[in-house]
Amino acid sequence: MYYTALKMLMGDKSKYLGIVMGLTFASFIMTQQPAIFVGLMARTFSFMTDLSQPDVWAMDPKVQYIDDIKPIQDTELYRVRGVEGVDWAMPLYKGLLKARLENGNFQTCNVIGLDDATLIGGPPIMLEGKLEDLRKSDAVIVDIEGAAGKLARTLPNGKRVALKTGDTLELNDKRAIVVGIARTTRTFQSQPVVYTTYTRAIKYAPRERKLLSFILVKAKPGEDLPALTKRITERTGLAAYTREQFQQVTMNYYLKYTGIPINFGTAVILGFIIGAAIAGQTFYNFTLDNLKQFGVLKAMGTTNGTLLKMILLQALTVGSIGYGLGVGAASFFGYMIRDSVLAFMLPWQLLVLSGVAVTLICIFAALISIRKVMKLEPAIVFKG
Amino acid sequence: MSGELAVSCTKVVKTYGTDDAKVMALRGVDLEVRKGELMMLVGPSGCGKTTLISVIAGILDHDEGSCKVYERDFQHMSGREKVRYRAENIGFVFQAYNLLPALTAAENVAVPLIINGMRRQEAVDRAADLLGKVGMKDKVNSLPVQLSGGQQQRVAIARALIHNPRLIVCDEPTSALDHETGHKVMELLKSVALGDNRALVIVTHDSRIFGFADRIAKMDDGHIVQVANSPDEMEH
Repeated sequence: MYYTALKMLMGDKSKYLGIVMGLTFASFIMTQQPAIFVGLMARTFSFMTDLSQPDVWAMDPKVQYIDDIKPIQDTELYRVRGVEGVDWAMPLYKGLLKARLENGNFQTCNVIGLDDATLIGGPPIMLEGKLEDLRKSDAVIVDIEGAAGKLARTLPNGKRVALKTGDTLELNDKRAIVVGIARTTRTFQSQPVVYTTYTRAIKYAPRERKLLSFILVKAKPGEDLPALTKRITERTGLAAYTREQFQQVTMNYYLKYTGIPINFGTAVILGFIIGAAIAGQTFYNFTLDNLKQFGVLKAMGTTNGTLLKMILLQALTVGSIGYGLGVGAASFFGYMIRDSVLAFMLPWQLLVLSGVAVTLICIFAALISIRKVMKLEPAIVFKG
Repeated sequence: MSGELAVSCTKVVKTYGTDDAKVMALRGVDLEVRKGELMMLVGPSGCGKTTLISVIAGILDHDEGSCKVYERDFQHMSGREKVRYRAENIGFVFQAYNLLPALTAAENVAVPLIINGMRRQEAVDRAADLLGKVGMKDKVNSLPVQLSGGQQQRVAIARALIHNPRLIVCDEPTSALDHETGHKVMELLKSVALGDNRALVIVTHDSRIFGFADRIAKMDDGHIVQVANSPDEMEH
């Protein structure tokens, strides 16, 4: 009877396509919108993702997220280095400074100051130049997105030319020479990222009593990281997080204090409701149109249990096809925008969630139809 | 035709609706159909013919009285037993054919066998053989929409016969067909459907086919008012 159910389903092509399209749309919206949301959330801590070496980040206890800089005294670095279980601890400057462009405009840049000796915290991929070139006088490394975008020079003919090695910038009225171009993961704020040494960064920065943004800590081999973070906090009074904890803290801030989750959540819920409405209504209409056929089967001795399985099979078939097409379309969307500024990340958990949502829609669509068929009097077959 | 009864209805009452909207469709119907007999139920619209064959076929519960099909009373069966009994013992032919439009002729004919648990391919092969016997050999793989009314009714008859049921109920089998095709369909029904152990109950308005009946039961206002052995015996 399952073969009959599938042939009944696909026999009415326009309705069949209508149900599949409804589920495809729902599946697409429920996959694509959360994927953008996850991509955006991942960008909030992408700076940490690029910095793979430190196990623990130490900072002022009032820091709420990665871009919430509350500088601490340089001497805190030595206190952290003295905590048991710390293999090494390095300073990191992170701050927004204004770069003056050749045309006189100003562009805010995310300036990263790395430990002068080890250059720990540098960009993950160098496209031009070497990280060690930062040791040259006034040297800075610029990320490719910033170099080709907001920091690009505009020629008299209006053409824009990307910043390249050898070009100069003015950071807070001080000269900076580009010695390298790096590729970094795009951040949430999308500011150009400028790497330099810690000493040079604090010279670029406006005078303040405290300038150290973060202390990057490497634990000794075999050290229990949560225990180490607790020890650092106890001994220094600083906040200390493992990378995963700090990523979570950062993400939580954006989830709590921005409208992003509500905006995307609304789109996802709308996708679910509209998908459920379209698929449910079309599937219900399909069942109503086929009610007489179900009546014939019922009269000829098909049990309610078999009819129930037939309808479930029909619903799950259109659900699987719609889910496949929707997820495929969302993946294709992600592939097409991979080099654009749009955020997109499609982890397997998202595929499972949208799959569950589509299954719920199908079960809903099937249930309203099943009820009708279960209550159907087989005597309907003798009505003209 | 043997004297044994295929169907025995005694004082069957069926009411639709409640209170003011109450309609008594069957008002104590007594009817007997013998094995090997072709019984026609005739009468004006709304007289209760369709209700009576629905009760006889076990697809509608009656309120009072008894209706036995081969000594089994549907009233005393559980829902599951009733469905099983219908699947094995009753064949249906409908006015509007009621073929499943997405299935080919052979697949449509195979449905009762599949309901009774036969594997699909085996059922379709047997259906194709039977379609050959009703003159539809070259239409085995045609969809209902590709068949004429007469051809669709032949497929419906094959579907009603494929699982060798003991009772076939037909609702206006010729009303959608022209005279010649209706005649052919009735000839086919009489030749292939009737047997010593099988009975046919046909509801019809079509007086042109009364001649095919062994007996004709005339209904009016929920009663059997006359049972005639030929059309000539019928009161007008």
